[in-house]
This record gives sequence, C-alpha cells and structure tokens, in this order.
Amino acid sequence: MARTLRRNQKPVAESLTASTPASATMPVAPVEIADHDPLMGYLLGAAGPVEIAKVDLDSPALRQLRAADIHLVVPLISQGELIGTLNLGKRLSDQPYSSDDRKLLGGLAAQVAPAIRLAQLVEQQEAEAQERERIEQELRVAALIQQTLLPKSLPALTGWEIDAYYRPARAVGGDFYDFISMTDGRMALVVGDVTDKGVPAALVMATTRSTLRAAAQHRMDPGRILAEANDVLVEEIPPAMFVTCLIAVLEPATGELTFANAGHNLPYVSTSSGVVELRATGMPLGLMAGMNYEVKQARLAPGETMLLSSDGIVESHGPDGQMFGFERLMAIVGDSGASRNLTSTVLDHLDRFCGPNHEQEDDVTMVSIRRLSSAATSAEAFEAPPTVEFSVPSTDGNERDIMERVAVAAADMGLAGEPLERLKTASSEAGMNAIEHGNRSNPDLEVRVEVRRTPTSILVRIEDLGSGRDPATTVTPDIEAKLEGLQSPRGWGLFLIEKMVDSVRDFNQDGRHVVEIEMNLQGET
Amino acid sequence: MPGTPFDYTIDTESGSTIIRLSGDVSRAAAEMLDSAYGDSGHGPLILDFAEVDYINSTGIALLVGLLGKARAAGRAVKACSLTPHYVEIFNITRIADFMAIYDDEQAAVAAG
Repeated sequence: MARTLRRNQKPVAESLTASTPASATMPVAPVEIADHDPLMGYLLGAAGPVEIAKVDLDSPALRQLRAADIHLVVPLISQGELIGTLNLGKRLSDQPYSSDDRKLLGGLAAQVAPAIRLAQLVEQQEAEAQERERIEQELRVAALIQQTLLPKSLPALTGWEIDAYYRPARAVGGDFYDFISMTDGRMALVVGDVTDKGVPAALVMATTRSTLRAAAQHRMDPGRILAEANDVLVEEIPPAMFVTCLIAVLEPATGELTFANAGHNLPYVSTSSGVVELRATGMPLGLMAGMNYEVKQARLAPGETMLLSSDGIVESHGPDGQMFGFERLMAIVGDSGASRNLTSTVLDHLDRFCGPNHEQEDDVTMVSIRRLSSAATSAEAFEAPPTVEFSVPSTDGNERDIMERVAVAAADMGLAGEPLERLKTASSEAGMNAIEHGNRSNPDLEVRVEVRRTPTSILVRIEDLGSGRDPATTVTPDIEAKLEGLQSPRGWGLFLIEKMVDSVRDFNQDGRHVVEIEMNLQGET
Repeated sequence: MPGTPFDYTIDTESGSTIIRLSGDVSRAAAEMLDSAYGDSGHGPLILDFAEVDYINSTGIALLVGLLGKARAAGRAVKACSLTPHYVEIFNITRIADFMAIYDDEQAAVAAG
C-alpha cells in the first residue's frame, strides 16, 4: 500500500519554538517515503523522534529530508503502520531539540496518529463510495444510450427470417447491431464493437451508428460505406479508441450478399457442405484516415443461415479458464445452422459452457439471417393470421387467463394437440413469472402478451416491467435434492418453460423484460 | 380469471387410501392439499387426478412437498388418471421416478 502524507509540519515545529512569523510560513515540499525505502523500516522501528543527522542510510527520502533542512522526524505509527511523519526544521533558537521537546513530540505523535489514521480511513471510504456510485450511474447512462439506439424491432423481409440477440455485460461494452433499409430495396446488416466500455464506448457507438446510417444512404457499396465512416470517425473519436464493424448488404430477392469488414469477427454461413467463413480484409474504423475496404460477394441459398456475432461470445471463459473459441462457435453453426433458432442454440451452448456462476465479461451480440426454403415462404404467403395482443393486470392467478387466451390464439394459428398443451403450460409459467417476479403482483402494472404466427412457428412474447430473471430461480431443480429437503420444493417454473417449448429467449428491451417462447409448427423444423 | 377452486375427497373403501383431487393444483391449493395429506392416514396413498385439468409449477412444488413428507414417513404414493400432458410433465420433472403413474384408480389399486 502506498503511503503519502509525510507533509512537512513546519507550523508544529514552530509552535514548539520561539518562532518568528517569517519562518512560520516558509513552505517546504512534502517528502514521500516509498515502501521499499530503508527509512521506512528505520522509522517503524524507532522508539520516538529521529534525529536526521544521526541516521546513516542509503535512502532517497533521507536525502530529500536533508535537502529540506529537516532536523527531526517524528514517526506517526498506528497499528504497526507508518501513516505519516511530523517533519521539523531546526529550532529557531538554533539550539538542538531538548529531551523534553522530544518527549513532548513523541507523546503528541502517539496521540494524533490514531486520529489521523481514522480520518484517512473515513476519507478513503467516502471516496470509494462516491466512486462506486459514479460507476453505477455511468453504467446506467451507458446502458440507456445503447438500448435507445439498438433496433426496436426486427425487419420483416419476405422469405427471410431475421433474429438478433443482445445481452450487455454488467460494465456495458460497446457492441451494437443495426438494420438499414437502403433506397434500392436492399438491406444492410451491421454488427460492430467499440473498444472500451461504459459511456465513452456508448457515445462512440452512437456516432458510429449514425455515421454508417448516413453513409449507407449515399453509398451502395459496403466498402465505400466503411471507408466514409472511417474518415469521419478518425476525426471524431478519441485516439485510443476504434471500432470493429462488419456490414453485409443483402439483396432479398436473390440472396446475394455484398460485404466488407473493418476488423470484425468473420460471419459464418451454414451451407449443406459445411460452415463457410466470409472473409474480407480491412482495418478497424477510427484508426487511420484514407483506408480501403475489400468488398466481397456471397450468396445465401434457401435454407442457409448467416450468423454475425461479436467477440463477447468466442472470448467468454468457462470455469476452468478455457475460452469458448471460434472453433466451438463454428461447430454449433455447422450443427444447428440449418435449423431454426440459431441464436438461442448458440446462447444455450455459451451459457452451459460458462457455467451458472459466470459473470459475463463482455457484451454478447448476434444477428442471424436465414433464407427460408421456398415451401416455408409459400406457407407464409398462404396464411398469415394477424398478431394477437392483449394485456392483463398483474394479479396472482391471472396467468390462467394468459394461458387460455394464448391457447385460443395459437389454436387459430394452427397449433394443436400436445404442442398446444405444452405452449399453454409454458405461457402460464412465463405469465406467472411476469406477474409475480417482474411486476411484483402489483395490479396497477400490466403484463403484455403478443401471440404471432411466423412462417414456421408460434411465437409468444410476454413483457413485464421487471429487470429480468431472478438468479435464484435459475438453479436446475433436482427432484432427489428436493425430496431430501436439500433444495426448496419450488423453482420449477423456468425449467418447465425450457422443457415445454422449442426455444426461449429472455432479454431486456426499452426498459421492459421480455420472454419470448416459441413452438414450431408440426412438419416444419 | 380465477380458474377452478381446488377440492378433494378421501376414499378408503377399496382398501387403499385414495385422495381424489379436483380443480386447479396451484398456489391456492396449498392448505387444502396439506389437510388432504393430514386426513389420509398412514398407509400407501393414491392420488387421483381425474378431475384436475391444471397443474402449474407451484402445484408441482406442492406435490413434491407432499411426496417428500410421505417418503419420510415411509408411505408409497401412486398417481392415476393424469392427462397425457401431465404424465409428460411428471416424467420431465422426474416426479414419475418416485410416484408410479397408473391409467386409472382400478389399475393403481390392483398394483397393490
């Protein structure tokens, strides 16, 4: 621990001597004693005031004291720790300090040292508390900026299924994603990551987002969009920061992709012959002006999925310190890319890999885009019943109401039999969590429910005003432990939801906590 | 919507103790289920779910609590007349590993 203080205490010396006003105000620079300075040990071992002239040590602090014309050093020691010194110059009478003087100073030091230590501790604690509050406040602001700027909804593109997932780290990293509709009917998908965290990262993210949006309106080519954004950002962002960013422009009718990459993680495409990385070279944005970005082409065939992600996934660590890594992510895309719900599958793997006590190190962001097979596309064209929306007050027991209304809507949308029963149970449980945990059974607050038919599934979205799932409820229930009384008999809700439906997503959006549960329609996987 | 209130009757005529449950097995059933267990004697127990059409996670917790008490007292517990959906839930939660499931009361009684 570094010790400071050690301020010259000329006024004290002066009060003990017949002073003159001139010498009383003479400033003397404070002397710092480093932890490894031999004077530290010497003073700690001294029985009382130390006469500098009698000390013979190779000590930088000692030389400074001599240079400042200090004659007597009185160590202030509290609980075995040197917390400061009283440094006295020579007596104004030019007489040496008497043994009475030294005794008085020694006694004084013994009395003031604990008081000074206490004052130091109080000051330190106040400073730490203020710092914690400042950090919390900054995190709230950063999270707000980010939430405000991320897309509020997913774009609807006929023949395509688009999904996005964003989960901020506690310290809020600088991840972002965006969908930009271009004037010629194409759509730009953007995923990026600002170095740094907190408010500075969130502000740079905001600048990058608007710069890319502006550039995308004028430039049709993603390489030129990145080049233009880079030139703006070099001017705008602090020198130590940069932004990695991938932009892929999609032609929905043909599946043609044109993409460019500013140092971001590579997108993966799952094809029938394995996983393909989409490579294009380019420097991160904001480092140097005048950069060029390679532009490449690819095509997504029906049934193929592309995953864009941030490094928060591959750089997550498991309990043994191992990294999730690119290979694991590629393997998941290879195994599950052709199926639906790729982002939730990746997330399931990630959460299992990191273990239950993991604190997320960085933001986790994913955007997936899947080209539907023509059969699924025509199914969508054939019937697309309107979304059903309703709200219920947060009164205990109203999950029964949610369940019945979801059941009616889902049955109208083509769900039947056991899958319908499963969706009912999952909706009831998610509804109960929203009422009791999210909205704390406050009947003035509403739980919002939306039931939507996607081309291949029924999607139920349940929103409350809470801050997310209660970590206590995420313990996997163990019937043996419960029967032995080692685990509470409760805690089945989330377990049931996850077992009942094909996918569950849990996230915060616009200050609301959202749970999305999805049940695939039969015959479609 | 309040759902269907929970209720129960106890029948010992067959020589087995049968608790016939009805209504919703959810939080509101907590006290009644406790008294059902308290009134059910000391021998093996059959829970008949024929008149139950809703069991939620809180109800599962109550049944697990009842099962825990019965096991501590050395009482076997059987279940019957569950819908296929709740049979599946009993399997997923592994309650079925500790509470044998039968199609109906007759089968449960016959199993001894």
